[in-house]
Amino acid sequence: MTTAPGSLREAAALIERRELSPVELTRMCLDRIAASNDDLHAFITVTTERALAEAARAEQAIAAGHYRGPLHGIPVSVKDLVDVAGTPTTSGSRVPARTPQYDAPVVAQLVRAGAVIVGKTNLHEFAFGTTGDETAFGAVRNPYDRSRSAGGSSAGAAVALVEGMCYASVGTDTGGSIRIPAAACGITGLKPTSGEISTDAVVPLSASLDHVGPMARTVEDTALMFQAMLDGAPRLDRVPAVAAAPLWLGVPSPYFFDKLDDEVARLFAVTRAALERAGHSISDVSIGHAEHTADVYLHLVLPEAAWYHAPLLDRHADKYSPGVRVRLEMGRYVLAEDYLRAQHARAVLRRAVDKALEGLDALLLPALAIGAPPLGAATITIGTAQEPVRAMMLRLTQLFNITGHPAIALPCGRGGDGLPRAVQLVGHRGSTERLLAVAAAVERQIIGGEGSVGGGTG
Amino acid sequence: MSRNTVTAWLARAVADAEARGLPELKPLLETLARSTQALRDADEDFGHPAAQHGQPIVADRPAPPADATPPGANPEDDDHGAR
Repeated sequence: MTTAPGSLREAAALIERRELSPVELTRMCLDRIAASNDDLHAFITVTTERALAEAARAEQAIAAGHYRGPLHGIPVSVKDLVDVAGTPTTSGSRVPARTPQYDAPVVAQLVRAGAVIVGKTNLHEFAFGTTGDETAFGAVRNPYDRSRSAGGSSAGAAVALVEGMCYASVGTDTGGSIRIPAAACGITGLKPTSGEISTDAVVPLSASLDHVGPMARTVEDTALMFQAMLDGAPRLDRVPAVAAAPLWLGVPSPYFFDKLDDEVARLFAVTRAALERAGHSISDVSIGHAEHTADVYLHLVLPEAAWYHAPLLDRHADKYSPGVRVRLEMGRYVLAEDYLRAQHARAVLRRAVDKALEGLDALLLPALAIGAPPLGAATITIGTAQEPVRAMMLRLTQLFNITGHPAIALPCGRGGDGLPRAVQLVGHRGSTERLLAVAAAVERQIIGGEGSVGGGTG
Repeated sequence: MSRNTVTAWLARAVADAEARGLPELKPLLETLARSTQALRDADEDFGHPAAQHGQPIVADRPAPPADATPPGANPEDDDHGAR
């Protein structure tokens, strides 16, 4: 085979039928990494030996009739914030890495499913940023425009998927770090319900906001990867069936639509119209107190991040990127009173999102308020106003880290600038699989079908 | 500490940062101060429990929500069985 399969699902079918060797597929991914990693900086560590050994074991097992399921022999990547045995966990930093003896539980589940770990992906240093350009391993470049950010913090994971360097990625999401790069690079990223996938042996940013989740090229691939990360036993018959029409969706406003670039607004409107033409019910809903989201988030993430980093800041301050260092230092000044004030507000916001979801399958909103910004940009123009890039990147995602609701970003087309745009669906807590079923229906409407957006290019 | 002391807190924080050789923190601390003030100003909006002190007893006051989380409680305990 000379042409790489287009999706995890397609690769898995070929492997199961023994029409594609896991070793051959892994070599294809390693070749893609070798060809463009020096330019894109998607990977920090490439685990060539381990990958080829795992692929060979998979090939032998499958030949012997021991096929484990859709992740068996599939090359996957792991964000370099997550422990992989014998490989340094750099967190994208010059701060001394830790080198773990064991795989993180989420990686162990992937190994149990038969996945092939091809390497550790680049990220915004310690996951404390949304643009993937503050990292000790070279700014991650967006494949659609190499002068642009790939989003962040799971920037390398998204680029690796776009470039065919792997078929699924492990990401982490504290304020949007799975959904933001997914949106910026035109792939799919899921933040599960809070606590659903283990964060053990993952370098924390903010322990109460951190989530681990899958990134892939399609909703179905994302669902398979989610199952593998959850319990190591993905199966096609466990993939949630595409939700039947009509879906009941709610579009939250105002706040979420107050600051959007024109192409995000246009493609969201196109997607909404296509869903309505297909018979889905879409209503406007409000989320009480949403306008306070950024203030609440800031008073949670800063002190929690400062707690973990305090000893490292005292010993290795000069090794942090300047921007990451000052954000971490800022957290040392948040008063306990204000941290607890934010925790109280968090409970109120959680009930507000629950209330907005009553009677609905999911909330529907954009995932990222802007297209991928230029690398290194501090501000961006929205209408006539200059807005901070960091605030704009987090604006539509961070609420659901505060509240713990599952949320998924999926591409809805490309703007006139050629850059991807994405919608976000938010589901009920504890119902991540139902959210995946809804997302599959929305994806189907975006990609094709009567009244669809049309080829995903908007 | 009352809500009127954000200004005083900012002055102390900036002085401390400068003493630690981190003058570049000043603009970030000023941004944080504005955010802290906004969060404190939202106390009533978020139903800060202390707001009930000094209020007359109202017979028809609604019961607190069953899943209300007290400040400082681990929010991850309230995951509706998602683990």
